[in-house]
Amino acid sequence: MSDSKTPLLDELEKGPWPSFVKEIKKAARTSRKAKDLLGQLELSYKDKKTHWKHGGIVGVRGYGGGIIGRFSDVPEEFPGAAHFHTVRVNQPSGWFYTTDALRQLCDIWDKYGSGLTNMHGSTGDTVFLGAGSDELEDIFTELSKAEWDLGGSGSDVRTPSCCVGPARCEFACYDTLALTYDLTMAYQDELHRPLFPYKWKFKMAGCPNDCVASIARADFSIIGTWRDEIRIDQAAVAEYAEKGLDIQSDAIRRCPTRCMKWDGNTLKINDHQCTRCMHCINVMPKALRPGTDTGAVILIGAKAPIVQGAILSSVLVPFMKIEPPYEELKDLIEKIWEFWDEHGVARERIGELIQRVGLGNFLEAIDIEPSPQMITQPRDNPYIFYEEYYAEEKEGGEA
Amino acid sequence: MADEITVEQLADDMYDLVKKAEGKKKYKPNDLIKEVITKYGDKVDKKDGKEAIKLLMDSERCVYSYAGGSFVELAK
Ligand code: HEM
Ligand code: HEM
Ligand code: SF4
Ligand code: SF4
Repeated sequence: MSDSKTPLLDELEKGPWPSFVKEIKKAARTSRKAKDLLGQLELSYKDKKTHWKHGGIVGVRGYGGGIIGRFSDVPEEFPGAAHFHTVRVNQPSGWFYTTDALRQLCDIWDKYGSGLTNMHGSTGDTVFLGAGSDELEDIFTELSKAEWDLGGSGSDVRTPSCCVGPARCEFACYDTLALTYDLTMAYQDELHRPLFPYKWKFKMAGCPNDCVASIARADFSIIGTWRDEIRIDQAAVAEYAEKGLDIQSDAIRRCPTRCMKWDGNTLKINDHQCTRCMHCINVMPKALRPGTDTGAVILIGAKAPIVQGAILSSVLVPFMKIEPPYEELKDLIEKIWEFWDEHGVARERIGELIQRVGLGNFLEAIDIEPSPQMITQPRDNPYIFYEEYYAEEKEGGEA
Repeated sequence: MADEITVEQLADDMYDLVKKAEGKKKYKPNDLIKEVITKYGDKVDKKDGKEAIKLLMDSERCVYSYAGGSFVELAK
């Protein structure tokens, strides 16, 4: 029999995969907080219930977001874990750090916190786990001195995040990193001072592959696309064929709109039918590339289930050029916020509000024309009721 | 009568609202803005309201709290 104090947690270390328990144990060698965290967690497994309390007033001066409060409900037993708040640190666009920057963060965190981090949290931020209430101002001061800032939490703009974009990826149809930085700076107040009915997430993806999964995770998704033709290098297509790629079955037959043709020599794409799904480009990246007239599709309304079920975002603007200073985009964002402020009820995400009031009313309020691309899910009918269209029909019929 | 309503005035009004409601009702930031707009009509707008909340926080009279949504409460 082992005399381990955490027999239940030890089970989670077994097997070949990485274990968070192993990491907490490592941290526990030097951190009282981590040690008591282990103790409390073991107790939770024993009692089959959590010993964390949610919320409370925690934060740093002037900011409404960035710190998520957690208090232990067994603080006498585990004083090191009595306050165990989460600090969200706004990550750099595309999660690019120098090693110096990482060391800087780790030093600050070793000095004040538990040493436990989460790289990265599901919102995207660098996450520091286990800050005491009294340490928050000091942590914030040190971070600020080193030019870091907190991210969002609560009913505000959450830390905007993006795919790696043009920094490493040839598919990027706009500069996701630049836009992420720009929106982060432009909406400082909205990020740090909660004023919305609920959270608001921006995610930028450089192309329809959507590596940040913005379509499922962002209230406002900006997904790169193009409106001219897919660039084809016929010689490179032929080379793929020679090297054994079955172009017919791996590319042509999997094109969702069946808009491609391959006669053994030449690849033809009917670009009017193409939905820019990226499938063929992913299969033959050396031969096919997005067009050159690039921009993004703006989608709205994704959320994970809380009040109602999960919803994916749906198309709001089929194509928009994405170039600094991003005026058109910001005008749109601010109009939507205006409407949400006015009509949203507490804890209602923008997608739910749109479902409640109807897309037609929403579009009218933000001054956008309905378009056939507005569908609730792929391969569905548009969900707009074209009143004017019907009105004209009727008049025409009567005349 | 001075027609101009200052942001300070709005912040004071908001503070009073939060204080009176303590223990009974929690204000969301937007509720406070709506309250002062109701009180002063078109002499103030949403932007003034936002500035007033900023002032309220920066002067450390109030803090944000979170319980499902974000609220404005008295600083301890
Ligand atoms: C053990 C049973 C089944 C397995 C393992 C299975 C597995 C799968 C897989 C792997 C896909 C592809 C998903 C993707 O590429 O995203 C798929 C798609 C699909 N399956 Fe099944 N399936 C099963 C039973 C069924 C049954 C019983 C039906 C219908 C009565 C069905 C209807 C479909 C349809 C319609 C799709 C296409 C969905 C789309 O692409 O939109 N499947 N299935
Ligand atoms: C008269 C009867 C039907 C008509 C006219 C019809 C028509 C259609 C059409 C036009 C599509 C869209 C194809 C596309 O997006 O390219 C479709 C898709 C589909 N239909 Fe039908 N359908 C009929 C009956 C059925 C039945 C009885 C079933 C199932 C038992 C069915 C299952 C499906 C499925 C699963 C899809 C989606 C395929 C995909 O997205 O890959 N349909 N149908
Ligand atoms: S979403 Fe597109 S551009 Fe961004 S990293 Fe993925 S493939 Fe590249
Ligand atoms: S991008 Fe998608 S829809 Fe367009 S041609 Fe390629 S596979 Fe077909």
